[in-house]
Amino acid sequence: MSPTKNIIAVFKREFFSYFNSPLAYIILFIFVIAAMGFTFIVGGFLSSNNATLSGQGSFFMWHPWIYLVLVPAVGMKLWSEEQRLGTMELLATMPISPWHAVLGKYFAAATVWAIGLALTFPIILTVSYLGEPDPGPIISGYVASYLYALACLAITSAVSAFTRSQVICFIISVAICLLLFLFGFQQVVDFLLKVTPAGLDGVVRFIAELCFMTHFYEMSKGLLVFDDVLYFLSVVGVCLGITHYAIQAKRA
Amino acid sequence: MIQVKDLRKVFGPKVAVDGITFNVEKGEVLGFLGPNGAGKSTTMRMVTGYFQPTAGSISVGGVDMLEKPEIAKRALGYLPENAPLYSDMSVVGFLGFCAEMRGLYGSARSKAIDKALETCFLEPVRNQSVDTLSKGYRHRTCLAQSIIHDPEVLILDEPTDGLDPNQKHEVRNLIKRMGQNKAIVFSTHILEEVEAVCSRAIIIDRGKVVADGTPSSLKNRAPGADSVRVTVRGFVGSGIRAELEKLAGVDKVEAAAMDELGFSGRVFPSRKAKPEDLVRDIGTLLAAKSWRVEELHREEGRLDEVFRTITRSDTAA
Repeated sequence: MSPTKNIIAVFKREFFSYFNSPLAYIILFIFVIAAMGFTFIVGGFLSSNNATLSGQGSFFMWHPWIYLVLVPAVGMKLWSEEQRLGTMELLATMPISPWHAVLGKYFAAATVWAIGLALTFPIILTVSYLGEPDPGPIISGYVASYLYALACLAITSAVSAFTRSQVICFIISVAICLLLFLFGFQQVVDFLLKVTPAGLDGVVRFIAELCFMTHFYEMSKGLLVFDDVLYFLSVVGVCLGITHYAIQAKRA
Repeated sequence: MIQVKDLRKVFGPKVAVDGITFNVEKGEVLGFLGPNGAGKSTTMRMVTGYFQPTAGSISVGGVDMLEKPEIAKRALGYLPENAPLYSDMSVVGFLGFCAEMRGLYGSARSKAIDKALETCFLEPVRNQSVDTLSKGYRHRTCLAQSIIHDPEVLILDEPTDGLDPNQKHEVRNLIKRMGQNKAIVFSTHILEEVEAVCSRAIIIDRGKVVADGTPSSLKNRAPGADSVRVTVRGFVGSGIRAELEKLAGVDKVEAAAMDELGFSGRVFPSRKAKPEDLVRDIGTLLAAKSWRVEELHREEGRLDEVFRTITRSDTAA
């Protein structure tokens, strides 16, 4: 009974349960449509006459917007469903560490997003057909986008461990992701700097530093900074820690 | 196999389980009785490692559940109340997942699934989605999950709840059969079930053990246990009563119906008298008088009477 085997067993069950229901298909479909739609229609990809996927109004910059709603939709069932069905009791009495369950489930949801991002490959073909894009920013953009999704997913996982209602989990997760999105968004930060007294600049910058966009922006443009990667991974780590704590606390 | 000592569980201001101690050995089937909310499920949830006890110790198969939960849980199979299942899976898929959680892979996994399906009569719904199963099948699917790794210890929370009489019978037989080489604890409201299946029973009320013994020893605690029911014709009722009262070892005689032609009622033995002597003496008396005996029967005491006497209902308190 090795940890890896336990994690894989939980992962398999969770992953296939996404595809046993229409949920994953619907979310992935909407994600791909939205990612393409925003890029081509709202972002004016073709008229920009620029064979790139990064930068203002381009492919990767739309992802945080889309993730706001779609990532919590994928993650909301992780632990709330388990509590609603009562299968938590089964899972908790299996001879596995709670960490195996937390990780297995999280990896399953994370894999769903990996598939989602992979399904956007036509845009790489398009951009390569139209010009000669630098592969660096594309790779770094995908990494940034995936890290962003992973962080939102971990937040949703933590929230879902506290409630048996998927709706409540969804709403709270969206709210948290929205806050973390807005307070790091360049325009919002600039606005806040303008309206707050000069002395509080440091505070605003500090809060912005804790939020997603500050770390996402540079990376999505092609600048893979170790600090930013570490930031997103820490968010994931902390949130999974909270998930673990919450499911343990339910049993005390 | 199971050792539980001074188990306590407090939820906020409410004491759910208040110092429960019991042991279950291999080959024993222990019945858990008690009114709703007495702490049966909470106790079981602690024994299976789902709830963290407030105080006390639990050991399963010699392993401490609180110190080494992952090892202690290996020896354990558990059927939670209401038989929860992953509704999006097939029966086989679900059992396969549970087998993997128990460390069974490859051919051991498929063998375990087949055996569990067979034992719980699930062959007909093998590939059916859990969603579409009837309640009886759902229950048995969850039961199959609990025995898939052939555990030494089985904890079953109301295993026959919601089953039809035939299914109840099957599950009882199954528990009885498995009880020969496992340690089983199961909770129920159905008292005949305890008599049919258990080698020992514990009655829990308000978080405390209020009775512990074999079903027959518990039955003896019923008011009126070991009294002798007598119906006799052919003589004046009051005369018969007087004769019965004269017998040695009789505490009192209670008449249910008495007239010119006969007597019907119960004879209670005194504390010291042996009940079988009393039956014999009454028999001898009636034969000597050559009265017509219509009924002569030693009351065994009914478990539900015991249950009612020693557990106070919420409304009465």
